[in-house]
Amino acid sequence: MTAPLLEVRHLRVEFPTRRGTLLALDDISFDISPGEVLGVVGESGAGKSLTGAAIIGLLEPPGRIAGGEILLGGRRIDNLPYEQMRAIRGKRIGAIFQDPLTSLNPLYTVGRQLTETILTHLPVSAEEARARAVKLLQETGIPAAEQRLEQYPHQFSGGMRQRVVIALALAAQPELIVADEPTTALDVSIQAQIIALLKRLCKEHGAAVMLVTHDMGVIAETCDRVAVMYAGRICEIGPVHEVIHHPAHPYSRGLMGSIPAMDDTRERLLQIDGAMPRLNAIPKGCAFNPRCPQVMERCRSERPELRDARHTRAACWLHAQEADS
Amino acid sequence: MLAFILRRLAQALMVMLSVAFIAFMLFQYVGDPVASMLGQDATAEQREALRAELGLDKPFPLQFAHFVGNALQGDFGLSLRQGRKVSTLIAERLPATLELSLAAAVIALLVGIPLGVYAALKRGTFSSQVAMTASLLGVSLPTFLIGILLILLFSVQLKWLPSFGRGDTVALGAWSTGLLTVDGWKHLVLPAITLSVFQLALILRLVRAEMLEVLRTDYIKFARARGLPDRAVYFGHALKNTLVPVITITGLQLGALIAFAIITETVFQWPGMGFLFIQAVQFADVPVMAAYLCLVALIFVIVNLAVDLLYFAVDPRLRIEKPAGGH
Amino acid sequence: MSTTTAAAPGALARFLDGDVWHSFKNSPMAIVAALIALLCVFCALFAPWVAPHNPFDMTSIDLNDARRPPAWMDGGSAKFLLGTDDQGRDILSAIMYGARISLFVGVASVLVSMVVGVALGLLSGFAGGRTDALIMRVCDVMLSFPPLLVALLIDGVGRAMFPNADETLAFGVLIVAISLTGWVQYARTVRGSTMVERNREYVQAARVIGVAPLRIMFRHVLPNVMGPVLVLATIHVAAAILTEATLSFLGVGVPPTSPSLGTLIRIGNDVLFSGEWWITIFPGLMLILIALSVNLLGDWLRDALNPRLR
Repeated sequence: MTAPLLEVRHLRVEFPTRRGTLLALDDISFDISPGEVLGVVGESGAGKSLTGAAIIGLLEPPGRIAGGEILLGGRRIDNLPYEQMRAIRGKRIGAIFQDPLTSLNPLYTVGRQLTETILTHLPVSAEEARARAVKLLQETGIPAAEQRLEQYPHQFSGGMRQRVVIALALAAQPELIVADEPTTALDVSIQAQIIALLKRLCKEHGAAVMLVTHDMGVIAETCDRVAVMYAGRICEIGPVHEVIHHPAHPYSRGLMGSIPAMDDTRERLLQIDGAMPRLNAIPKGCAFNPRCPQVMERCRSERPELRDARHTRAACWLHAQEADS
Repeated sequence: MLAFILRRLAQALMVMLSVAFIAFMLFQYVGDPVASMLGQDATAEQREALRAELGLDKPFPLQFAHFVGNALQGDFGLSLRQGRKVSTLIAERLPATLELSLAAAVIALLVGIPLGVYAALKRGTFSSQVAMTASLLGVSLPTFLIGILLILLFSVQLKWLPSFGRGDTVALGAWSTGLLTVDGWKHLVLPAITLSVFQLALILRLVRAEMLEVLRTDYIKFARARGLPDRAVYFGHALKNTLVPVITITGLQLGALIAFAIITETVFQWPGMGFLFIQAVQFADVPVMAAYLCLVALIFVIVNLAVDLLYFAVDPRLRIEKPAGGH
Repeated sequence: MSTTTAAAPGALARFLDGDVWHSFKNSPMAIVAALIALLCVFCALFAPWVAPHNPFDMTSIDLNDARRPPAWMDGGSAKFLLGTDDQGRDILSAIMYGARISLFVGVASVLVSMVVGVALGLLSGFAGGRTDALIMRVCDVMLSFPPLLVALLIDGVGRAMFPNADETLAFGVLIVAISLTGWVQYARTVRGSTMVERNREYVQAARVIGVAPLRIMFRHVLPNVMGPVLVLATIHVAAAILTEATLSFLGVGVPPTSPSLGTLIRIGNDVLFSGEWWITIFPGLMLILIALSVNLLGDWLRDALNPRLR
């Protein structure tokens, strides 16, 4: 087994507010291997985007890392001084955000934004940077790349803009890409293209991907492994096929069951009663216990750790019993 | 783009016409021009004769057209107070006001913009708080008070700078300028600073607010995520986006400067149009008021148009109407 | 961490728990500003009782007392804490009475502006179509003119039309002049919010049920747009006071029988070069205090009401 590219150990992110400190990420741990695609799925507010932000070191104040470690290639990056972290951003970890409409500076040409990024990280000449920019645009499937370099973002359609964003993220040849809901703002018909493009390009460039989304369909298409997040914690993690077909955590089961399928013969979609708790009202023990159809006494007082459960790893007391017995 | 320019020109024309209309109404109905010119003891016949001569018995639209025609040639009649041609009076005073306003605008921009950027970047630090408080002070101090305080300090106590008038001026054709003499500059300092304070404070706050907004956008976040150095993020990306709306508002402020010049000119007895206007208001000298109104409206309209064109030059989104196709 | 209680707290309790009050308590500047503003308002409102002298009472003025410096300087006296002017009037009392007039004109103008602006904004945003277009055109034209100019014009016109106006009329013209410079801001802000609210479901639902449009506008839309209006009004009060002071300084403001702070400054300006600085400076300081504290309050209020900055 190769050494993991990214290791997140017991990460905690908190937000001090005047009403007290809110714990937004509570003891998150996972790894990403080189070249693998890890999906991070969950409802809005579960902490998926925060995890990505913490990894690239762009947590919005007053949010801050309160504990745990993030290691890239075996070295800690969560406690680096600003300049060193900046050197890593873009060069070793790239990022893609949700809305292509607002991700690009409207006053600069696409070419300028590309060459600027390339020149910041790679020791090449201006002409070389330009050539690379053209090549990147071509790789992302934008026709007439040379002319397009001189155009402004508003002259591109939504899908094209996201292609530019992908090109920008890959410009300095990073080892890891954090993609935060890259297709949510796009038309459904374009989503598939962009996702396929992202997967293909990352494979070609040898970059791992942390794909954050709430869309299970995208996860199923693209990812090797998937982590399910709930209320700032990971409740299940494992190979995509297993999590989808053999979910071990009741919440994951609820998620998978609520997705309609073409061959579905059910009359009603599975529904999980209640809603994800707010950050200032997370229940004691397992965060999911008020809504869990298989809740036990233990769930209400002790918080479960991620443990092996047949095909995946799940944070659920149901499987502790099995492992213990 | 052509459509845009035409539309703006049409708007400008409408504004000018409305202003001309208001000025005209002033002429007609505020105070009786006939009585002012003939005095109280005129006979009815004399009044009738003057009315006919002035065209006051003609139908309304004709009189308005007449007025506009005269206005376009710069003829606003005679000042009620001084008896001289209004256009001459204004022409004499225009250079003084323009020089003062431009000096103040330059000061406001050269100091306000950098300070605003600084206050945004160093948000929360002591020095930025100081800058913000100072700018609040600038907005809370009435211009005339600033002038008085400056006079008190620099003219009365320290005796460094003069406190009234324009000093020695040099005539360049029809334009008299105070910029070519040291004395002229000395006289310009205090009034220009006085006039600039309010604008400076406004620009500072505006730039800071805009910059803070820009720093929160996704494209700045993305620029940081790409590892661009701070210098590039702040001065390359953020600043350019900040300045675009600031340009427009600053341009519009230029018009406000000309109005505020009224106060400054009064405090420093600066022989400009504003001072003339105040005297006209005090005296109810309607022709001068009307002429000043039209002139100021004209300057505004021109400045607005220029700002719009500048906006076009700076923001690429306005230049090309439709995005290219494809996905 | 305790969970929220089930029962809905009363309005006062909500306010005290809310972000606005909390932000106020935590901001020393806001507290100081509010205190200063309150002090000024108090002095101004209760001037006849609080002021040591009545500067308008001709019988109490003695020319022998003229041009006295403040009490802590040579020639000063404790009777006239801040000195006297060229007629023997006590500066401290004059400031209080003057502040009264300045505040009166300022607040009255803002109220008129607000009423006119909010009404037109509601109408414009709600009715849409040609009414909206017309009102917006007028706004545009008015915005082309700097406020001072508009105020001066109306004042000048008023003077020309009513050369022998009595005091009330003069005040009326002044207040109208200043109000007309400010209403556009309210109208635009309210129009913007109204247009947003108009498309909300609750408004459409009310329309469908058959509630009269006026009722919808005032009962439902208005409370939702008042926040920014309040911020505007606060900052506007300071601006209105300064505009009045400027007009009075220029000699075209309040009638000379009721001197405001601006008038006092003008009177002092005439004797500035003979060294009697207190006649100008103290009214000036009072003016600055009022404007500054109101501006600070307005600034703080805007930040407190802005959800994005919390």
